[in-house]
Amino acid sequence: MRYSAWQVLKQGLTGHTGWEAAFPDPEPQRAYDVIIVGGGGHGLATAWYLASVHGITNVAVLEKGWLGGGNIGRNTTIIRSNYLLPDNEPFYELSLSLWEGLEQDINYNAMVSQRGILNLAHSDAQMDAYARRGNAMHLAGAGGVLLDTEGVRRLTPYLNIDDARFPIKGGLWQERAGTVRHDAVAWGFARAASSRGVDVIQNCEVTAIRREGGRVVGVDTDRGRIDANKVAVCVAGNSGRVMAMAGMRLPIESHVLQAFVSEGLKPVIPGVVTYGAGHFYISQSDKGGLVYGGDIDGYNSYAQRGNLPTVEDVAEGGMSLMPMIGRAKMLRSWGGIMDMSMDGSPYIDRTDVPGLYFNGGWCYGGFKATPGSGYCYAHLIATDTPHQTAGGYRLDRFRTGHPIDERGAGAQPNLH
Amino acid sequence: MQIPHPLLGPRDAAEFVYLGDASLLQRPVVEDVATLGDETTIDAYHEYLHLRTNPAGRHRELWFHEQGDRSWLVITRDTLTHEILGAELATDVVARGDTPS
Repeated sequence: MRYSAWQVLKQGLTGHTGWEAAFPDPEPQRAYDVIIVGGGGHGLATAWYLASVHGITNVAVLEKGWLGGGNIGRNTTIIRSNYLLPDNEPFYELSLSLWEGLEQDINYNAMVSQRGILNLAHSDAQMDAYARRGNAMHLAGAGGVLLDTEGVRRLTPYLNIDDARFPIKGGLWQERAGTVRHDAVAWGFARAASSRGVDVIQNCEVTAIRREGGRVVGVDTDRGRIDANKVAVCVAGNSGRVMAMAGMRLPIESHVLQAFVSEGLKPVIPGVVTYGAGHFYISQSDKGGLVYGGDIDGYNSYAQRGNLPTVEDVAEGGMSLMPMIGRAKMLRSWGGIMDMSMDGSPYIDRTDVPGLYFNGGWCYGGFKATPGSGYCYAHLIATDTPHQTAGGYRLDRFRTGHPIDERGAGAQPNLH
Repeated sequence: MQIPHPLLGPRDAAEFVYLGDASLLQRPVVEDVATLGDETTIDAYHEYLHLRTNPAGRHRELWFHEQGDRSWLVITRDTLTHEILGAELATDVVARGDTPS
C-alpha cells in the first residue's frame, strides 16, 4: 500500500479498517545473497539502498530483538553536517542530503524537520575555529552562517549570553540541520526494503559467523543456519561481541551515553543548541519535551544505563547555558551503548575475511549518519570498493597512520 | 558507582579518571631502537594502542584516583551490570608479574 493524503482520507472515512501491516514478518530462508547482521537504522538503510540503488534484493536483515529497540530508538534524533575534516564532511553532507529526500524516497513520514542547529562559541579562539569549520562546510556544499553575539541573541534570547565566565561570543548556525522522528526511520526503511523483497527478520540472533576455506559462507542463528557469500555486520554498540565470532579485535570500546527528556513545555527552543563551554546540547521534541544530553559516562559498559555523576554534570551544563531550564522537571533518562572508536570517527570497510564486511564505530554520531551510512555500506557490499565519500573510514587507518581525529583527542575513546 | 579502594575504602567513582583496559600495563618492549621501524614492532604497538577485546562481562581496567591519593588501580568490573568484583593497586599487579589481558 502506498501512503498518501488520499489514503488517510479514505481510511478515515472507512473507520481505519483497511490499513495493512507496514512490513511482513517472514521466516528465514536457507540462503541469501547478502545477510545484514543488525536491524538498526544503519542495517535497514543498507538493505534499502542495496535494493533500490544496486538491485540486490535477495537480502536478509537479521535483528536479535525488535525493530526500533536498539540505538535507533535511543538517540536524541539530531541530523546535521557541520564537520571539519575532509574525510568526514562530504560523507555527512551526503547523509544530510539523503535525509532531505528520504520521505519521498521511502514513502514514509519520518517527520524530518530542518529546524537548524546552533553551535555556541565562548572565546575568540572558538570563533576562529567555527569560521574555519564553516568554510569546510561551504566547500562541501553544506551551508552554514557564522553569527555574532547579537545574531545569537535574536535567535535564542533566553540563553545566558552575557555570563561573566562563559560569555557567548557567537555561534555557527546550520539552517539545514534538524531533527527526525527516530523510530519512524527504522519502520520506514524496513517497510521500503520489504516492499522490494528484502526479508527483515526480527528475534533472530546470530550466534556464529561461518567460514570455509578462509571466506565467509553464512551465519548460525538461534533460528538455524543461513547461508550467504556476503555477511555485513552492522551492530554498533555490540561490534566487539559480534566481530569476536570472526576472531577479530577492533579499535573500539563500548561506552554508555545518557540522554534526558523533560516534561512537555510550550515551544521554546527553535532548533538544536549546543553549548561550547561545557558538553551539553538540547532540542525540543514535537511533543514539547526538552531532549538533552552531554558526555558519555566514560567507562566501558554494555549496561544501557549510566550513573548519577553524569546526570549531575549534564544538569549543571544546562543550568549554566539556560538557567530557565531549572524550572522544568526531568521526566526520564536512559542510556544507549556506543561504539567509541579510537579517533571519534566510524568504520565502513571490508575485513581480512573475504565476504565479511564491517560497519560501526559511530561513537555518539550514528543517528545523523543513518542514510549516508546505509548508502555507502550498500555501495561497498555491492561493488567491493568504498564509496567516494567514505574512503577514509578504513579499519586499518591507525596501522597506516591515517586517523580521522575530528576532536584532536588522540587514541583515547572516552575523550571523543 | 563506588570504587573499593584497597587503601582508602569505598570511594565515589567521580573521584577517579578512567583510562581503559588493563592490558595497557603491558607496553611492548623494544630492546633495540634500530628495530623501531620494523613491521613487527609497528604491529605490536598498533595492537597495544588501538585494538581492544572490549568484553561484555568481566573486564579488568585502569582507574586513576586523581581526586584522592593519585594511585593507579586495576579494577575488575562486570561491564553488563557495573558490579565491581575486585580492586588492587596497579603496582601490586605489576609486582607479582600478573599480565591482565
